[in-house]
Amino acid sequence: MNWISNYVRPKINSLFSRREMPEHLWTKCPECGTMLFHRELATNLNVCTACGHHMALTPRARFATLFDGGVFTEVPVAEPLADPLHFRDSKRYTDRMRSAQRDTGEKEAMLVAEGEMGRTPIVAAAQDFSFMGGSMGMYVGNAIVAACARATELRRPLILFSAAGGARMQEGILSLMQMPRTTVAVEELREAGLPYIVVLTHPTTGGVTASYAMLGDIHIAEPNALICFAGPRVIEQTIREKLPEGFQRAEYLLDHGMLDRVTHRRELRDELITVTRMLMGLPPAVKGDLPPPLDLAAPEAQPDAPAEDGAEGTTETGDQRPGPKADAAE
Amino acid sequence: MTHYLEFEKPLAEIEGKAEELRAMARSSPEMNVEDEARALDAKAATMLRDLYAKLTPWRKCQVARHPARPHCVDYIEALFDEYTPLAGDRAFADDHAVMGGMARFHDRPVMVIGQEKGHDTQTRIERNFGMARPEGYRKAIRLMDLADRFGLPVITLVDTPGAYPGKGAEERGQSEAIARSTAKCLSLGVPLVSVIIGEGGSGGAVAFATANRVAMLQHSVYSVISPEGCASILWKDAEKMREAAEALRLTAQDLHELAVVDRIVPEPVGGAHRHRETVIGAVGEAVAAMLDELQGMDAGAVRADRRRKYLQMGARGLAA
Ligand SMILES: [Zn+2]
Repeated sequence: MNWISNYVRPKINSLFSRREMPEHLWTKCPECGTMLFHRELATNLNVCTACGHHMALTPRARFATLFDGGVFTEVPVAEPLADPLHFRDSKRYTDRMRSAQRDTGEKEAMLVAEGEMGRTPIVAAAQDFSFMGGSMGMYVGNAIVAACARATELRRPLILFSAAGGARMQEGILSLMQMPRTTVAVEELREAGLPYIVVLTHPTTGGVTASYAMLGDIHIAEPNALICFAGPRVIEQTIREKLPEGFQRAEYLLDHGMLDRVTHRRELRDELITVTRMLMGLPPAVKGDLPPPLDLAAPEAQPDAPAEDGAEGTTETGDQRPGPKADAAE
Repeated sequence: MTHYLEFEKPLAEIEGKAEELRAMARSSPEMNVEDEARALDAKAATMLRDLYAKLTPWRKCQVARHPARPHCVDYIEALFDEYTPLAGDRAFADDHAVMGGMARFHDRPVMVIGQEKGHDTQTRIERNFGMARPEGYRKAIRLMDLADRFGLPVITLVDTPGAYPGKGAEERGQSEAIARSTAKCLSLGVPLVSVIIGEGGSGGAVAFATANRVAMLQHSVYSVISPEGCASILWKDAEKMREAAEALRLTAQDLHELAVVDRIVPEPVGGAHRHRETVIGAVGEAVAAMLDELQGMDAGAVRADRRRKYLQMGARGLAA
C-alpha cells in the first residue's frame, strides 16, 4: 500500500483509544460505520479502507489526484446573474449561496480545469456535491459551456465528473433550461470530434442525469453510486412497494445497459488515461517514470495562479499525497 | 357537470342556485324565477371575471391541471387533417402517454407529437396520466428523426406532470431517454415549435419543448419541479405549495419575461376549460405564426437558431 497505512496507522491506533479520538482527525464511514483516520482516508482517495465505500471528493481534491503532480489551471467560468428570480423559501437564496460559499470555500458547484493526466492533455469538469448538493443552476451551465468551449479550442477530450441532487430549484425554470443548454454545449464538442467521457459519482440524479451526464461517449461510474432520474423515495411512494437491493446503484445500471463500466476510484485515473489516449489516437501511456512534480508544474505555471490551485487542492485532501509518484507507481 | 376548482367554490354555489331556480321553474311553470336567475348569472359572471383577473401561481397550476382543459388529443382532432398515428419505440413498447404521428396542418404535412393525460378513469390509466416512460421519449425521438429525414416540421404539444417515476422506467433508462430526446430536439434540421398547453413538468417537458419557438397558454405552467415537490423539499411541508408556486415563477407571464417562452396564447375569462374551441383555435393560430417565422430557413439555420436560443437561457432575470 503506502507508508501511511503501513506505518502510521498502527502507531496512531496505539496512541489513541477510540473514546479519545479527536473528531477532526476522524471520519465515520457512512456505509459501515468504521472510524477512519483522515490521512488514511485521503491517501485512499476517500474510499473507506474497511468496506470500499466511495465517499464524496471535492473537485479540488479530485483534480489534485487526477492531474499530473496535482497541477492544473482553472478554466474561467462566466459569472451568471445572481438570484435571477429573487427566490426565497425559508431562507433567501442569496443567503443560502453565501453560506455554501463560506462552508466550501468555493464560488459554486462546479470546477473546470485544464492540464495533463498521464501526460495526456485534457479538460476536466467536476461537480461539487458539498456545494448545495452539486445542484445545476446557471453557474453549472456556464461551467459546462466553458468546459466544452475550452476543450474544443484546445482540441482536447473532456472528462466530466458528475455529482448532483439535480437542478437547483432556487433558479426555477432557468435551472431547468440548463438541461437543453448543456446539451447544446456537449453536442458542439461531439461535432468537433472530441471525446466526452462522463464519470458518474455518488449521487447523480434528476435533471443532471437526464442531460449532460447521460450523453457521454463513454459512461464510467464509481462503485455503488446512486444514479437515477427519480429518486428511490419518490418511486417507492409512487408504486407503493419496496425497491430491490442495489436498485439504481452503479452496478445495477451497468447490468441494465446504462453504463460502460463501473471502476474503483483507485483504477479510475489509469483507465481514463488509457481510454482518452486511444480515442485521441495517442500512443499508449508510459507508466512509472514521470518526472517529479516541479518539472511538470513549471510549464503549467501562469500568472493567474494555477500552481496555487493545484497546491490548495492537494492540501484539501489532507496534504498527504506524495505527488505524481503515487500515480506513476501504480 | 362542471368540475369546479377549489377556488371556484363560491362560484359553484351561485351557479348552482341559478340552476336550481330554473329547474324549479321547469317543474312548476307558474313560478317566475327568470329575473332572479339572471341576477345570479350576472353575479356569477362578475365573480368569474374577478377570480380570473389575477390568478395566483398556485391557482394557475390548478387551472392548468383542470380535467376539462383541452388535451393533446383534442388539439390534434381539431387542428389537423389526415392524422396518422405512429406507434412504438422499436425496442420495447408503445407508450400511450405519448401520442404522435404525421398529419396535415393547413394542408402542409407535419409531425405532431404530444403528451396525453386522458379524460376519464380508463383513459387516464391507459395514458398513465401523461407521464411518459423511456419508450415514450424514444418514440418521440423516432418520430422526430423521421420528420427530419423527410423535411416535415415538428409540432409538440406539452402537457405532463413529469416523467413517470417508476421502477421499470428507471431500469430502462428514463434519464438517458429524456437526455436523448432533448438532444434530438436540438439536432433537428426542420423547424420545431412547441406549445405548453397544460402542465410543463420538468425534464419530461424539456424533452419535447426544446424548440425554436415555444408558446404557452396564459394559464399553463412550466416548472423545474411541481410546487408540491418543491414545498416538501425546501419548506419541508407539502402544504406550502402556494408559497412554492409563487417562488418558482412558473407562470407564462414570468417565463415570457425570462425569454423561456416566446409568446403567450390568451385564454378567455374562466380559462381554457370553459372555452375549449376558442382556445384550440388560438393555439392553432399561434402554431401557424411560429411556423411562419421559421419559413425559408435551411437546416443549418434552424439548428443554429435553436442552439443560440438555448445557449442564451439565463441571460435575463426578472425585474426586482
Ligand atoms: Zn466503510
